[in-house]
Amino acid sequence: MSTEILMPALSPTMEEGKLAKWLVKEGDTVKSGTILAEIETDKATMEFEAVDEGTIGQILVPEGTEGVKVNSPIATLLAEGEKPGEAAAKKAAPEKELPKGEDHKDVADKGLETHAPPKIVVGNDPLIPEGTEMVNQTVRDALRDAMAEEMRRDETVFLMGEEVAEYQGAYKVSQGLLQEFGERRVIDTPITEHGFAGLAVGAAFDGLKPIVEFMTWNFAMQAMDQIINSAAKTRYMSGGQMGSPIVFRGPNGAAARVAAQHSQDYASWYAHVPGLKVIAPYFAADAKGLLKAAIRDPNPVIFLENEILYGRSFPVPKLDDFVLPIGKARVVREGADVTLVSYSISVGLCLEAAEKLAGMGIEAEIIDLRTLRPLDTDTVIESVKKTGRVVTVEQAWPVCSIGSEIAARVALDAFDWLDAPPTRVNGKDVPMPYAANLEKLALPTVEDVIAAVKSVTYKA
Amino acid sequence: MSNSATSPAAPPRNSETLKKLYADMLMIRRFEERAGQLYGMGLIGGFCHLYIGQEAVVVGMQANVGANDQSITAYRDHGHMLAAGIDPNAVMAELTGRSTGLSRGKGGSMHMFSAEKKFYGGHGIVGAQVPLGTGLAFANKYRGHDGVCLTYFGDGAANQGQVYEAFNMAELWKLPVVYIIENNQYAMGTSVARSSAVTEFYKRGASFNIPGVQVDGMDVEKVVEAGAEAIAHCRSGKGPIILEMKTYRYRGHSMSDPAKYRTKEELAEIREKRDPIENFGRKLVEGGVLTEQDIKAIDNDIKQRVVAAADFATQSPEPGLDELYTDVYA
Repeated sequence: MSTEILMPALSPTMEEGKLAKWLVKEGDTVKSGTILAEIETDKATMEFEAVDEGTIGQILVPEGTEGVKVNSPIATLLAEGEKPGEAAAKKAAPEKELPKGEDHKDVADKGLETHAPPKIVVGNDPLIPEGTEMVNQTVRDALRDAMAEEMRRDETVFLMGEEVAEYQGAYKVSQGLLQEFGERRVIDTPITEHGFAGLAVGAAFDGLKPIVEFMTWNFAMQAMDQIINSAAKTRYMSGGQMGSPIVFRGPNGAAARVAAQHSQDYASWYAHVPGLKVIAPYFAADAKGLLKAAIRDPNPVIFLENEILYGRSFPVPKLDDFVLPIGKARVVREGADVTLVSYSISVGLCLEAAEKLAGMGIEAEIIDLRTLRPLDTDTVIESVKKTGRVVTVEQAWPVCSIGSEIAARVALDAFDWLDAPPTRVNGKDVPMPYAANLEKLALPTVEDVIAAVKSVTYKA
Repeated sequence: MSNSATSPAAPPRNSETLKKLYADMLMIRRFEERAGQLYGMGLIGGFCHLYIGQEAVVVGMQANVGANDQSITAYRDHGHMLAAGIDPNAVMAELTGRSTGLSRGKGGSMHMFSAEKKFYGGHGIVGAQVPLGTGLAFANKYRGHDGVCLTYFGDGAANQGQVYEAFNMAELWKLPVVYIIENNQYAMGTSVARSSAVTEFYKRGASFNIPGVQVDGMDVEKVVEAGAEAIAHCRSGKGPIILEMKTYRYRGHSMSDPAKYRTKEELAEIREKRDPIENFGRKLVEGGVLTEQDIKAIDNDIKQRVVAAADFATQSPEPGLDELYTDVYA
């Protein structure tokens, strides 16, 4: 009886990949450890080894096939005495299983959401000149381009962090930067967050403009003192004599199945601190335009990215120097019935919920905050005055969250316009569990957003 | 490396430079005594950490600095600022929280900076200045100039983990930083013997191959020589170096510390036998560099400058209330 060789998952967030190259052919004998194929994910190309011994019966997925789903059969392994061809009936065409449409590559990222991300982004950014040509780009590449452009423009900008140079970035955000800018400006650090964060702040005191990549924001806890006590407060403590023109960036929030110590949204921690600016984009254009702004900003900027979003493609304006203002939220969908306020990956939940709500006759206005400090409350208040209802949506824990702050501001500044209590949708108030079912339960879903909207529109 | 006698790297010593070393130390002593007095009068608030007893360390080190060199230290910083050439009026006015203070009254004793004099604080978190100073050295190397960062910290800070994170990167990247460990024997109330598995702090860089030298921090000339060699070491591209300064703090850790953890006899003996200012003054008189009259004139001059600083600091207005929200962002 032949066994199937299945497409392997090579990272916590991978759901599909490209079968780049077969290193065995039908009829070859393999044993445990034989390298069968090269598999390409959006982060890396990896070799795939055999676990069992036997003879390769049939290759089911030809090399070069993209979008091969994890766990789909890619070849058969014959048992002793079995002849090739007996398993032929099983031949599958995994491509056909993929959803149609131009954004099928993003299916890999849907792990944390119960549905595919919305295909249509409603509303254009008024900050992008009308008629600008847009090109699709991943958030990952948009971030890389932002850094590269600023490094070309300003010799004092450099990138420092774990695996940013030779490894090309743990999440491949710094791909190609070492090759372009050399080791003086793209610097691999030891695993020493407290130390290199402090070192970079010291360099910023001297007027250099470091970009510090934390492999994830979870590890920045080690560097918290330098971020808060040294970077955020020095301008004030020195009576304006010196400051820290520095960007701290990296993935924030839950990835997939990496559990409590690797799955926290730190947005409200940093948004709490005067002296810091905090940015958490969803779209690739915002990632690019705001990272460029952050690098130019003379203040310390916390730039919260999201691992799941790195691989997602969105339109990015084709402009030589696209810089967005820090501190401006964006209405990404207009609607008259309820205001959804969100940031980072949860904006995707809102967009999807809004489509479903529209089918129920509820038109949601969606505000992507983009910047969390300074918070663009004007845009939120203006919207709430129109809709009379506000639901905040974020992955972070509910207590003292960004949603808490929005609720407080709305209650203070738009109290008379409210037709329902400000309502929050958050991650559950627990450390992130590992088990797949519990993790799903711990994160906010489209259904949670819909339920909250129904409750504030009294349609529950 | 070992404790050196004379160094070709040291600046030439003539009567003027020797006199300046003496006067700079005395200035710190008198300034700190006056600060202590103002604290007692309620004119200085919060924490106030006096440098009395340790003057030779910073005066000897700063005697070597060039135009591109920076310095950074922790919260016992008044002496470092005076030695960096910062106006005593501005330092004292910051202690009293006035608008004319170095940080316009918003930093206080522990948080002062001078971009002009390349003094980068003034840091209240023990050990935090060590990666920061290493980063200043990184900037020097990045910019390709000859600057060296003098990074001061105490025997207490030497037990912080981030110090060793900084050591590792400094040696790995050959950064021009002199780590000056001011071993005044007590981390607040805990003696070196009670806090440190290895009490010879100049060895603390050994596992990173950072050379270390133990220096008599109560002898300003020895500090000048060791400092000159250390800075030359950094300037030649050899990377970081550690100087352990054996020194002593006469006062308590802060103004509210009665220093019950040591005997009066211990302090009295050091004051009598090892006082950096008394000893150096006597040596200069005996060597014919200064006369007793010169000493008196220096003393008078400093007294007047310190009184003037205290007057300035107590007569200047507090910051305007509109200053509350300035300097949070650029």
